[in-house]
Amino acid sequence: MSVSDAPAPPRTARKARTGAGPLLRVLQVLLLPVLLILGWWAGSASSGSFYMPTPAVIAGTFGDVWFGERILTDALPSIGRLLSGFALGAAIGVGLGVVLGLSAPLRAFSEPVLEFFRAIPPPVLVPLLMLLIGVNTPMKLAVIVSGCVWPILLNTIEGVRAVDPVLTDTCRCYGIRGRRRLTTLVLRSASPQIMAGLRQGLSIAIILMVISEMFASNSGLGYAVVEFQRSFAIPEMWTGIVLLGLLGVVLSLLFGLVERRVLAWYHGLRAVTRDG
Amino acid sequence: MLDVTGLQKIYRGKERDVEAVRDLTFRLAEGELACLVGPSGCGKTTLLKCIAGLMEPTSGTVRLAGRDVTGPPPDMAVVFQEYGRSLFPWLTVRGNVELPLKEKKLPKERRAALVAESLEAVGLADAAGAYPWQLSGGMQQRVAIARAIAYEPRVLLMDEPFAAVDAQTRADLEDLIRTLWHRFSMTVLFVTHDIDEAVYLGQRVLVLSSSPTVIQDDVAVDLPDERDQLTTRADPRFTELRGRVYAEIQNAKRGTAAATTD
Repeated sequence: MSVSDAPAPPRTARKARTGAGPLLRVLQVLLLPVLLILGWWAGSASSGSFYMPTPAVIAGTFGDVWFGERILTDALPSIGRLLSGFALGAAIGVGLGVVLGLSAPLRAFSEPVLEFFRAIPPPVLVPLLMLLIGVNTPMKLAVIVSGCVWPILLNTIEGVRAVDPVLTDTCRCYGIRGRRRLTTLVLRSASPQIMAGLRQGLSIAIILMVISEMFASNSGLGYAVVEFQRSFAIPEMWTGIVLLGLLGVVLSLLFGLVERRVLAWYHGLRAVTRDG
Repeated sequence: MLDVTGLQKIYRGKERDVEAVRDLTFRLAEGELACLVGPSGCGKTTLLKCIAGLMEPTSGTVRLAGRDVTGPPPDMAVVFQEYGRSLFPWLTVRGNVELPLKEKKLPKERRAALVAESLEAVGLADAAGAYPWQLSGGMQQRVAIARAIAYEPRVLLMDEPFAAVDAQTRADLEDLIRTLWHRFSMTVLFVTHDIDEAVYLGQRVLVLSSSPTVIQDDVAVDLPDERDQLTTRADPRFTELRGRVYAEIQNAKRGTAAATTD
């Protein structure tokens, strides 16, 4: 017996390889965006509305607005706050989630309170946090954390609770405990749910980053969009919206890359079970 | 080596208590290969979990090499029936076999040597870098067996390890167990519901009654030490022994039927 009688690679992988050619694939990805931009162009050019500049005007303004000082004063501070808020939310969510996932009594004890806090829409906390913390970076981080922590926390709890009892017994038999048990059994086993929670948390964090800057701020992407709108710099306002969209796409792609690495085993296992 | 005395396990329920194991007493000598066989639902898994220290018996004791078993003992390894769920899918075959050795704090070279030796012994030397889910069911169970051997246990417990593999793979794995038992000189307790398998593998077959379980019979298997799927199974003595075990299990089932009617 050798590795050669292992099951063939999953069907999905084969399909992707023999499926659409590269040219067709590029067309698939680009066709709809190009059509949408053309439609927007036709609409905005024919209406001549002051509030609806053509894509050409927005593209022309984009460089002037963002490839200068604003990258330092608005874009980078926003991204910095977004990533630190998300990291903080992830650390709290996963840490607390593991503790609550492992302890049924603690879970029962804290569940009603968690349900209540989760039900509060995080933007309403902005006025309160402004009073408590002040108009500063810690306040914005607190807003981001208060929103993105929930999907991470709840998914981690579920993931930790769902650890296979046979694997738990295996760990006990072989004396695997403490830190090694936490990292090789609990966290790895819960990682598909944790990653799902992190993905949701990341999109919530982007939304809250913008909202926290719109309320009270003197820098940041949300602040810039509001400022442009108030001063009737309409094409500039549009470039801010486009930049936020692009930021979301880039972060989602980066997240996907990390996820594919971390969950390679999970996707492989799923593909085999689906085919089997 | 392994002493089980007056073992009883009662599951406390809301409505009623269920007595899974009533009174089990048996003893395994050092280096013995014994099979536990019994009708389905006779508490085999409960018994094995109590011996492995994964479950606390209601009364009675389990002693391993003179020490009471109160939790999983360090010189015992277990191979579970659900091979697909007892291997870590996020670790490679090598990673799975090595993990318990890391916890034992063995030096790196020693770990590598044990992993290589045990994977070679189960015939998976070239699968070390694969993930368990890339292997067939029989191969996955070989990985679980390699992990148990690498742990260098004095006692190896196996809970219906071949119940979920096909018949041909099963015959190969049975021979593998005999070979490994000779090579690594362990005490092996093999739980199965398959009478033929029990007689083919064991030096001794312990027949369990239906639940609540007691030892129904203790059969010494006086077949030659060198066993072979063809000649051993064709041996008239083999047929005789399996007939005896079969009859005992039928008695055990009738025993419960009689008990429930009165």
